[in-house]
Amino acid sequence: MSIKILKDKCKGCMVCVEACPFGVIKIEEKLAIVDLNQCNLCGACKEVCKFDAVVIDKTKIVKNIRDLSVYRGVWVFGEQKKGEIQSVVYELLGKGRELADKLGVELSCVLLGHNIEGKTKDLIAKGADLVYLVDDPALVNFSDEPYTKVLIKLIEKYKPEIVLCGATSIGRSLISRVAVKIYTGLTADCTELNIDKEKRLLLQTRPAFGGNIMATIISPNYRPQMATVRHKVMKQLASDEARSGKVIKESYEEDVLKSRTKLLDIVEEVSSTINIAEADIIVSGGRGLRDPKNFVLVEELAKVLNGAVGASRAAVDAGWMPYSHQVGQTGKTVCPKIYIACGISGQIQHLVGMQSSDTIIAINKDPSAPIFSLATYGIVGDVFEVLPLLTKKFKEVLAK
Amino acid sequence: MNIIVCIKQVPDTTDVRINPETNTLVREGVKSIINPFDAYAIEESICLKEKFGGKVIVLTMGPPQAETALREVIALGADEAILVSDRAFAGSDTWATSYALSCAIKKIKDYDLIICGKQASDGDTAQVGPGIAAHLDLPQVTYVKKIEEIKDASGRFERMTEEGFEIIESPLPLLITVVKEINVPRPPSLRGMMRSKKAEIITWNATDIGANPANLGLNGSPTQVVKIFTPSRRKGGKIFNESVDEAVEQIAKELKGLI
Repeated sequence: MSIKILKDKCKGCMVCVEACPFGVIKIEEKLAIVDLNQCNLCGACKEVCKFDAVVIDKTKIVKNIRDLSVYRGVWVFGEQKKGEIQSVVYELLGKGRELADKLGVELSCVLLGHNIEGKTKDLIAKGADLVYLVDDPALVNFSDEPYTKVLIKLIEKYKPEIVLCGATSIGRSLISRVAVKIYTGLTADCTELNIDKEKRLLLQTRPAFGGNIMATIISPNYRPQMATVRHKVMKQLASDEARSGKVIKESYEEDVLKSRTKLLDIVEEVSSTINIAEADIIVSGGRGLRDPKNFVLVEELAKVLNGAVGASRAAVDAGWMPYSHQVGQTGKTVCPKIYIACGISGQIQHLVGMQSSDTIIAINKDPSAPIFSLATYGIVGDVFEVLPLLTKKFKEVLAK
Repeated sequence: MNIIVCIKQVPDTTDVRINPETNTLVREGVKSIINPFDAYAIEESICLKEKFGGKVIVLTMGPPQAETALREVIALGADEAILVSDRAFAGSDTWATSYALSCAIKKIKDYDLIICGKQASDGDTAQVGPGIAAHLDLPQVTYVKKIEEIKDASGRFERMTEEGFEIIESPLPLLITVVKEINVPRPPSLRGMMRSKKAEIITWNATDIGANPANLGLNGSPTQVVKIFTPSRRKGGKIFNESVDEAVEQIAKELKGLI
């Protein structure tokens, strides 16, 4: 594995410098120089070079070659909280069904918990052919170590080729640990998953640099191929109660189920608002609201629309809203059907957290605010005038 | 109490601009900063040191330039700084990165707590923290928003969840990843800045940390980037800048079907 610039072909034209997503190429005396410490051989430079001056050798030393052909089937991790299947699981089953059909294999869901056998039929109705069920009091709530060990045991026994998991606080903690332990590839926050049928590869596409570039990633020599996906990115299938499927139960000894960490309490913070990561509609407020008590205008509109309340970093840093409501790079990335930004100018850090929303409405008094550059509808106006009017209008419209 | 803080030097996204003609990232002149989430990990480690004594060791893997980031952390109050740097690490994915960092941590040996930021702002994976814990077979608590107590080789942590938080107890040593809510990072002190100029930065290469070469860099990384492209940019739509009533009327009409 290496990258070389052919001196006799390179003209120092700078095209590769501009194409490099990592900014690690410079031109010295009309010759491109690649910083080998930082290059990850993505090939963006090779693609744009008009003189075929870039040579990339991607041969790897393939070690402990595994027999990849014994790995078959697509799995979805069935995250549950308090015995309730999380909606991201159904979304992954929707996508998983499509991937499994392309590969001609079964779609399975792994369900860990206690007294949850009743939920297996919902998973089957939503697309699973098989449910691997491990029902044990030790698994009633998520805990890193027992969940990791059980999932590894199941993967080692049944050998799936793909494992998908929600990019939630549980999923990200669990699956990172599993991937390291079994030495396989894991791609976070995929926005697109597809199959290279010929090579039986999972093509995993994800945003990087806050969505400014997209990367397609594969794990050619390792199985299972693992990926996490955020809420609302994939579409779930309609429930089909007539679908049939099988439940395979497994149980494990105490040493597999034991944990060094102990969950002492689960605290649900009382909040009238909906979790922004799962909301279909989000109304967000920013510095333009000028005072914390003006957030009530945002809350009123959210209530009428049955949506969640979001906030910009400025509003959170000022102490107007709790951190759990923050949208953007240091907060949460959201993709609701409707995002209404009120008094938010749209710093890049905010935009990367909400730019994949279906419809964006921006209200701001500054016509040059960056938020307008991506708003589906923008209202240049005083947020204190516009918000009550919108709330009133939606009340009327929705009452009909 | 000895604490290891793992940090990453990342491009400052506030500097990232898109060239509207070529639709590509303009990286020229983009400065490198410490991953914003790591600032909370650093602050928490300094607070713990002030409370319990011991030392803070800051660790990073990266090119030689990452030394700048380590000096900044010394200015904030870290005692020792270690740069793990080797051409062999180039192209590491999260598996190989967490492997190399775990090898360095094994070499440091004497520690009670490892703190990482919840994720890095350039990759956003949140995989390296738990990955290090897995390589070292340590317990982990991710998304920590408060350390309630550390006593008798055990800690009690508040772990942020989508609905609120969990209270989790774990024996030391363990690895935690922290969120923004945990503290407000302090600015560097004058004394710290003086110290950081002279401080020795320990540099270890792949051999120093006793890493298996087959597990490093592109060779050790299960994932491969096969394609990089610029997403089609979202374009602005209709802007109403005269009649607010008309705007409200039309938006309500358009959105009715979506609600």
